[in-house]
Amino acid sequence: MYIYDDIDQRLVDERVAQFRDQTRRFLDGKLDEDDFRALRLRNGLYVQRFAPMLRIAIPYGLLSSRQLRKLADIARKYDRGYGHFSTRQNLQLNWPKLAEVPELLAELATVQMHAIQTSGNCVRNITADQFAGVAKDEIVDSFVWCELIRQWSTFHPEFNYLPRKFKIAVNGAVADRAATFVHDIGLHAIQNAEKEVGFRVIVGGGLGRTPIVGHVINEFLPWRHLLTYLDAILRVYNRHGRRDNIHKARIKILVKERGIDKFREEVDAEWAPMRDGPATVTWAEIRRIEGRFTRPAHEKLADVDYTGSKTPFNAWLKRNVHPHKLPGYAAVSLSLKKTGVPPGDVTSDQMERIADLADHYSFGELRVTHEQNLVFADVRQAELSGLWQELRALGLATPNIGLLTNIISCPGGDFCSLANAKSIPVAEAIQRRFDDLDYLHDIGELDLNISGCMNACGHHHVGHIGILGVDKNGEEWYQVEIGGNQWPASLGKVIGPSFARADVTNVIERLIETYLELRDSENERFVDVVHRVGVDPFKKNVYANLDQKPADRRRALAA
Amino acid sequence: MPTLIRNQQIVDEPSPPDLVVLEPTDDPRALAERLPGLKLIAVNFPKYSDGRGYSIARLLRERYGYKGELRAIGVVARDHLQLMAQCGFDSFQLREGEDVQDALRAFGDFSESYQANAAQPVPLFRRRAGR
Ligand code: SF4
Repeated sequence: MYIYDDIDQRLVDERVAQFRDQTRRFLDGKLDEDDFRALRLRNGLYVQRFAPMLRIAIPYGLLSSRQLRKLADIARKYDRGYGHFSTRQNLQLNWPKLAEVPELLAELATVQMHAIQTSGNCVRNITADQFAGVAKDEIVDSFVWCELIRQWSTFHPEFNYLPRKFKIAVNGAVADRAATFVHDIGLHAIQNAEKEVGFRVIVGGGLGRTPIVGHVINEFLPWRHLLTYLDAILRVYNRHGRRDNIHKARIKILVKERGIDKFREEVDAEWAPMRDGPATVTWAEIRRIEGRFTRPAHEKLADVDYTGSKTPFNAWLKRNVHPHKLPGYAAVSLSLKKTGVPPGDVTSDQMERIADLADHYSFGELRVTHEQNLVFADVRQAELSGLWQELRALGLATPNIGLLTNIISCPGGDFCSLANAKSIPVAEAIQRRFDDLDYLHDIGELDLNISGCMNACGHHHVGHIGILGVDKNGEEWYQVEIGGNQWPASLGKVIGPSFARADVTNVIERLIETYLELRDSENERFVDVVHRVGVDPFKKNVYANLDQKPADRRRALAA
Repeated sequence: MPTLIRNQQIVDEPSPPDLVVLEPTDDPRALAERLPGLKLIAVNFPKYSDGRGYSIARLLRERYGYKGELRAIGVVARDHLQLMAQCGFDSFQLREGEDVQDALRAFGDFSESYQANAAQPVPLFRRRAGR
């Protein structure tokens, strides 16, 4: 955890006071609806289908057990006893009352939390690789850089009214686990030949209505130029990004219209006079931030050999336990994707139990992943079996990380006023159809992502299978894409006309069936097969006799 | 008459007839040559959420070294003031209907800012280092 100093704390407290005053002025009729909207959005407060929705920032997904207990408490007091972890590593509450939100924010501030810039047309919560600090392939600890950027972006006076929202992701390891190619700006740490640390800067990626894979604007930006370079990109965007059409307002459209080379020229021209100016990052600041992070007091341990473990423990080890850079330790995913539970939802009781487990097993800290799961990053390997049993009792040990039922899903039509269609019931139906663990493991790695509308909060474009809710004459239909991938980034291709909800699980089953027939070996994943053979064989199989029941069809195929 | 705040004080003064106004799409570079002779420049904010004027202000102050009065006009509301001031504005033509006494309090909403700004050219992290 980054521990606030007095200034960090004062700014968050002042934000609470500011919002309390704005809310009071609104309720007194001194601030009109539209103006208040712009202000409340910058504190994560939406007016949704049933009631406001509040999005609480979990900067780069890192939480302490103390903070999680506070969230449990808040969810119970101001909401209905649960919260929803989003794909942006935030926590969303669905029923807080407007008049109570200032109080809620004040409570959050007591544990160094807030809802600053979790929505609105400004720089949003910075997201990061969930294995920062423990990954074997680490180049830098991305959390340190995220915190630097968090401070730079917080109440940035020039960039509080951008054309549209702005999302930055930081990845500190060799493998990109932060989806840097589908963010407004992606920063991927690298080392040059002289072992100097810098960032490959990627700009103009994004999902949503116009999914685009970002462009590299700078192959190697030395770390000390990070903030001035961000200032330069944001300034070009702030001045020239489109403001006439909300659907064309993201930076990706500006980059596309200008072309990356022209855009780079403009950024460089803007950057030149700022370069080496006072906003140039100092090593002292990096060390200061590093020093304010709590660090687990790791012991010198030896690796524990778990070969020969029995199922189901073995399945959990295989899917939910990840390597750690230190011997004797492991990182563990807590699956929030149990069949029948909306993806990402956690009750207050569970939060409290998880906080206890984090204290016992992982130095009192945990991370929220963009796949809507939780991670204990520093578990002693010797304690894995004990942890597994406790997680099982809580329903958080489903061994499905990386598998088809680890579905990423936005809240969709059950909660979101922008939705074309529901997404949670679709996720649940698919989880039920594929609840046979052996079959699931046999299918192997597969990311299935669902969004309830083109805003793509469920990241459907980068799912190996992506499902998108569409509206057809007022009815809920679903479009299916295949071949998307997070890293290396690729966007899915639509397989054809959309489906009624009742058909979606059958469609998924046929896609899987086609894959199993076509794969060279177990090592060839679903997405690899799509990339090798293209969409056509899948399409043919899906659209042939779609009305046929899967069981009859299996019989027919077997005959 | 709409109210003018200058240097965090309420002043009563009509806009001069020859006011130089920059619109959000204007490039402040076009004024660079003339800046030493100018005492007052206004930047127009046509909408509550149009943020281009903030960049224009910083460019005028930080890049082109403009030293005269920089006035925000248009949809200028209480909750904009501190950010505008940080970007280099020192006078504000409030939109009609704003509570001017309350608006004066806006400059104290936040006691510190992480970024370098017109009033404080050194970002917080450089000042923190000396603490
Ligand atoms: S993708 Fe659409 S339906 Fe889903 S949460 Fe985002 S806006 Fe709502």
